[in-house]
Amino acid sequence: MAAIVAQALTKHYKDTVAVNAISFEVREGECFGFLGPNGAGKTTTMKMTYGFSPVTSGRLEVFGLDVLTRSREVRAQTGVCPQEDNLDPDFTVRKNLIVYCRYFGIDPVEAAKRADELLDFVALREKAGGPVMALSGGMKRRLVLARALLNKPKLLILDEPTTGLDPQARHVLWDKIRELRRKGVTILLTTHYMEEAAQLCDRLVIMDKAKILVKGSPAELTAKHARPTVVEVWNPPAAAEAWIKARNMPCERFGDRLYVYPDAGEALQRELVTKFNADQVIVRRGTLEDVFLRLTGRDLRE
Amino acid sequence: MNPFQRILTVWRRNLDVYLVTWKVNFLPPLLEPMFYLLAFGAGLGGFVKVIPYRGGEVGYTSFIAPGMIGISVMFSSFFECTYGSYIRMYYQKTFDAIIATPLSLEEVILGEILWGATKSFISVTIMCVVVRAFGFMQFPDLIALPFVAFLGGLFFASVAMCFTSFTPGIDAFNYPIFLFITPMSLFGGTYFPIEGLPAWAQQVAVFMPLTHLTSVTRSIAFGHWDMGVFVRLAGFAALVAPLMILAVRLMKRRLIV
Repeated sequence: MAAIVAQALTKHYKDTVAVNAISFEVREGECFGFLGPNGAGKTTTMKMTYGFSPVTSGRLEVFGLDVLTRSREVRAQTGVCPQEDNLDPDFTVRKNLIVYCRYFGIDPVEAAKRADELLDFVALREKAGGPVMALSGGMKRRLVLARALLNKPKLLILDEPTTGLDPQARHVLWDKIRELRRKGVTILLTTHYMEEAAQLCDRLVIMDKAKILVKGSPAELTAKHARPTVVEVWNPPAAAEAWIKARNMPCERFGDRLYVYPDAGEALQRELVTKFNADQVIVRRGTLEDVFLRLTGRDLRE
Repeated sequence: MNPFQRILTVWRRNLDVYLVTWKVNFLPPLLEPMFYLLAFGAGLGGFVKVIPYRGGEVGYTSFIAPGMIGISVMFSSFFECTYGSYIRMYYQKTFDAIIATPLSLEEVILGEILWGATKSFISVTIMCVVVRAFGFMQFPDLIALPFVAFLGGLFFASVAMCFTSFTPGIDAFNYPIFLFITPMSLFGGTYFPIEGLPAWAQQVAVFMPLTHLTSVTRSIAFGHWDMGVFVRLAGFAALVAPLMILAVRLMKRRLIV
């Protein structure tokens, strides 16, 4: 059964189209990613999914419930980690969870139990009695995750869960997210990090300018839209660039780097090093990041 | 949960925050009346011994004590649902966090207004204790004052929430405060009877909600339970519901996009 069905989903703000007739289906128990540059419409799609932002037109169902008319029921079984931390600065870490339980109608005894279990889950038991303000960025994100799990959600919405975190904190959070997926929670995730999408998502879409450009698993998308081999030449000697172009090899130049897409990467690397003394030549496989940049372009968005 | 229980969870959140720092929160309603009673009662009262009221004369301090209570009703709820609500809405994103749960924005706003009124109730309760300790007002009449404060608080909290719905930023609250709240606290029959004002100003004062609230608190403080008290209370009660609906609508317009 599909956890989320969106058909021709559209969102207009005053004079802009934030989401333009997108369609997608999220299967129950999968981790589904939304990738895209800033302003692509990812967060708006998330906000419509839990009824925070009303749908302008199109169909949007979560667990078979129409979000437009039954968003309260949808929110009862959804956990939300918003992009901005909105923890209660006046309460301690644990009290944040206890107070949040009330909004779901969870009785105080059960609330205390769930708060303690989730503080263990996100490894914040030691901070339970301390103020939220004293937490680091990574700890705050973990607390927001714990808060989103208080109602034992079937759907978890993570809007840029690791933006601004250090690598350690990011890996801890990824572990937790994977653990939740194993337990069968359906996860909707937005991110700017291709590595994060590749690590976590079963399937994903790449959005740009309010539209979905492509859908598929990270492997499918890489196979279909990225070149299998990429040779990056940093500060390429002019002669090397001319030589590559003369041989009609597909290539692109961005700033101080030349990206070449040859059939045999190592052979090209050897030739560049021996013939032109190019010292910074990297051979790698095509990645999701290549797909992303190829589809959305390299222009700055903000 | 029914809608009222959901509204109460928002109210309860604010109460919990208030209780975390209750010692600080209890100070203003405890100390303010003491200062005012001293300054105006002992200080100014030395020169202005009596003041005309209801065809007779009353002591100056006993005249202003119920006025102070009216001002406190207005300040407590108005400030809570302007500055307090704005901070929760805009800086802390508390509303966003709550409406990601089964609660709706309507319930959040009504919970905020209910809490604003509760602030008036708490302040006036503490003030009544202080004022009584200084020997003014009497039992059992003064027991009614916190409940009047709650009703008045619902009124001013709803008005405040309407301002919060279209304020461009936190500094812009200076407009309603200096255009409405401060003038009302001075000219709304608080420190002197409105009959002392020029005729045109008296006509303006009649349209000030605080004039009617202090009229009620003063009547009750002196034990005059006449028709005027009930008519005015009924007036506040009649205005509260439409103002709440207006506040909710305006806030939805601001926040649900």
